Amino acid sequence: MKKNLIRLAGVTMLLMLLFTALGTSGPTALDRSNLYEVFNRHGALGVITLGAALLIVTGNIDLSVGSVVGFSAILFGVLMETGIDLQFRSLGINIVSGPIAPIPALILTLMGGVVIGLVHGLLVTRLRLQAFLVTLCGMFIYRGFARQLTAKNTGLVQVRELHPEFSSSIDFLRQWLVGKAPNGAQEFPMQLVVLLILALILGIVLHRTVYGRYWYAIGYNEQAARYAGINVERQKVMVFVICSTLASFAGVLLLLFAGSANPSDAGTSLELYAITAAVLGGCSLRGGEGLMIGFVLGALVQPVINNLMIFWNIPSSAEPWVIGLILLVGTIVDELLRRRNARK
Amino acid sequence: MANPPQSPLLIARGISKQFPGVLALDDVSLDVQRGEVVAIVGENGAGKSTLMKVIAGVYQPNAGEVIWNQKPVNFSGPLDAMRAGISLIHQELNLAENLSVLDNLFLGREDTIGGPLRLLARGRSRQLGLSLLERVGLPGAFLDRTVRTLPPGQKQLVEIARALGLNAQLLIMDEPTSSLTQRETDRLYEVIDGLKAAGVSILYISHRLAEVKRCADRAVVLRDGRNAGALARDEISHDALVRLMVGRDLKQLFPRTRTTTSGTPVLTIKDLRYLNGPDHAVSLEVRAGEVLGMAGLVGAGRTELSEAVFGLRSLTSGEIRLNGTPITIRKPKDAIDAGIVLVPEDRRLNGLVLESSVGFNLSLPNLDRLSLASLVRPAQERQLQRKSIEQLRIKTPSAAQAVGLLSGGNQQKVVFGKWLARSPKVLILDEPTRGVDVGAKTEIYTLIDQLAAQGLAVWMITSDMEELLGLSDRVVVLHEGRVTGELTRETLNEEAVMQLATGGTAS
Repeated sequence: MKKNLIRLAGVTMLLMLLFTALGTSGPTALDRSNLYEVFNRHGALGVITLGAALLIVTGNIDLSVGSVVGFSAILFGVLMETGIDLQFRSLGINIVSGPIAPIPALILTLMGGVVIGLVHGLLVTRLRLQAFLVTLCGMFIYRGFARQLTAKNTGLVQVRELHPEFSSSIDFLRQWLVGKAPNGAQEFPMQLVVLLILALILGIVLHRTVYGRYWYAIGYNEQAARYAGINVERQKVMVFVICSTLASFAGVLLLLFAGSANPSDAGTSLELYAITAAVLGGCSLRGGEGLMIGFVLGALVQPVINNLMIFWNIPSSAEPWVIGLILLVGTIVDELLRRRNARK
Repeated sequence: MANPPQSPLLIARGISKQFPGVLALDDVSLDVQRGEVVAIVGENGAGKSTLMKVIAGVYQPNAGEVIWNQKPVNFSGPLDAMRAGISLIHQELNLAENLSVLDNLFLGREDTIGGPLRLLARGRSRQLGLSLLERVGLPGAFLDRTVRTLPPGQKQLVEIARALGLNAQLLIMDEPTSSLTQRETDRLYEVIDGLKAAGVSILYISHRLAEVKRCADRAVVLRDGRNAGALARDEISHDALVRLMVGRDLKQLFPRTRTTTSGTPVLTIKDLRYLNGPDHAVSLEVRAGEVLGMAGLVGAGRTELSEAVFGLRSLTSGEIRLNGTPITIRKPKDAIDAGIVLVPEDRRLNGLVLESSVGFNLSLPNLDRLSLASLVRPAQERQLQRKSIEQLRIKTPSAAQAVGLLSGGNQQKVVFGKWLARSPKVLILDEPTRGVDVGAKTEIYTLIDQLAAQGLAVWMITSDMEELLGLSDRVVVLHEGRVTGELTRETLNEEAVMQLATGGTAS
């Protein structure tokens, strides 16, 4: 617990530092429109960070998050544009649905996330495969699925053109999930609100329910959890499902926010940003550690750095190494602190 | 003894070895002649393995000296001893399973050519390897087999061959036959006879007294970390060994408050077999208000049996009854729900989440009772934690303290506490006082005694003879997975237990 609080203090200090730097970088840096930009990114990254972090708490990992985001964004768009069109005559499969309205399409997309999580969880617990390998394969597979669904971009503009009757639902979803007006103007960083609501719910699950207890116990000592009568396998599957479903939801947010998505690059590298955010927020890759509020704060680091770099005119190509360096420094400081504590 | 006196290969004199809280060896002496096979015999914890490790340089003794080839030596580590000619063949074999037999024979001391290029001299190595395999009776074709594909007996022979390659003059084997089949064991005896004829000495730890009789020139018996006596080849018999292994006055650490009453059976195990278990089926019953002690040497299958009953191992046949009703146990939760709980042998690995708090651990298996619609109720939880800490007198600054920072005794009390909060019907204890200091031991004994007096059925697995004799109402003894006998308080004594535990029959 004490270690958790130290980590929390660490990420809070880092964020204060970054915001101070941002505040001094230009007159418009702390303007409403710029902060909206930062918090929108924060919300989008935060949603997938929560799932990735919960998996890390139980001592697992999911490398497929970015591909699931991309696949879900494309699936959501394609479902609205043309609907399901699965025809394999030789196998006698013939599913042609026609275009699906936005809200049912959203629900179907989330169900896709549930199925992906179930598959991951069952492969890891029943066949005892390593989560790293299962989700690494998943990373390729779901990216492939996305590219099979459509070769070109999918976007809300096409949907509206083809199916004007969907426009009002799309406007509704955009307004309430990503805070954009029908004309595309950013009215409010709703993605942050979405993140905070999800974090509140999952925070209660993690810190106040039996499940959260089990996840911490499994992350620290799976054997002891088993000897205490916990159904370790079921709990793990549950967390895999949560993680993939959140990633699917992030895919929906991505399409609504950006308006269009490209099957070959939507969501790429997001799994790495999510893992980074979870670790900055207090997760140990060994499992068992971290607090929900830490995950939310950890997900804010990358958006602020990204924004800071725009103000400092640093090309965005430098972003990966800056993020990597900050994480490395954080890890070193953390390790040194741990050793000093161990000596005491 | 008509042989002219020759100087022994190894003399260990007055060896003492202190571990935190335990004097493992106390003034132990031992000598080994060239080409002699000496068996080291004793109960669990008598100090056999410690003595072997001191001789092989793994441990440095606190007192005493080791004289090797007439020179006093002070090995800094096992490598040092190995260079001098002493090789320890480990219980868990130390081979690189993924490499070939040849690679393993020369691992770490590869023969190379080409100076700094360090190219492997495969031809020379093969030739030497062939002659080493021949000495342990393995076919030359084995050189290229991957070690992983060999059965345990042959792996052991490979390890012996490796030691011979290092010109070992003394081989130390710790329980070499524990994982071998009868045929592999016979094969090992032949190899031992051959090595002996070639002048190699062997120190051999065994729990199987029949084997000691078969292959040892002399048996040295240890008891409580001291020399208990030695038997020459023609004096070795099962009874004589047991007499030396036992024969000590038991301190009365625990005056029992109960008198044995024969309650009704609570847990009944009938013809139970489990996956990867022994061929023999096991039957036993644990009655209300009694402590059933379970004795046996390491590897007798006691822990495995308790894990099977607790749902950690798949049952293949037989029946478990609780208060006369058959129950199905597939996973620990089934056992826990039925009221059967287990305090495991390895507290740190299986009993506790060490990094988490005392309170977290106390609540963990009780969360179903502390929650409403999956939400943990903080007031109830705090109450349970406070009650457990008070009742068991767990010495901790607060419930928020990390349990790993407590003493062994207090950690064990937390494990008891997390189960007692459920008011179980059957309490299985596996080595309940291992790693617990003396003061806390007495507290745990009093607790076990009280729990039985309250009518709980206690099944206590223990290797601690004093504990077994002091607390048990009845004792069941296991030998190689089989129940070899049952002793009541009237027939219970250390000698009888050791007879049964070493595969003899109760006399």
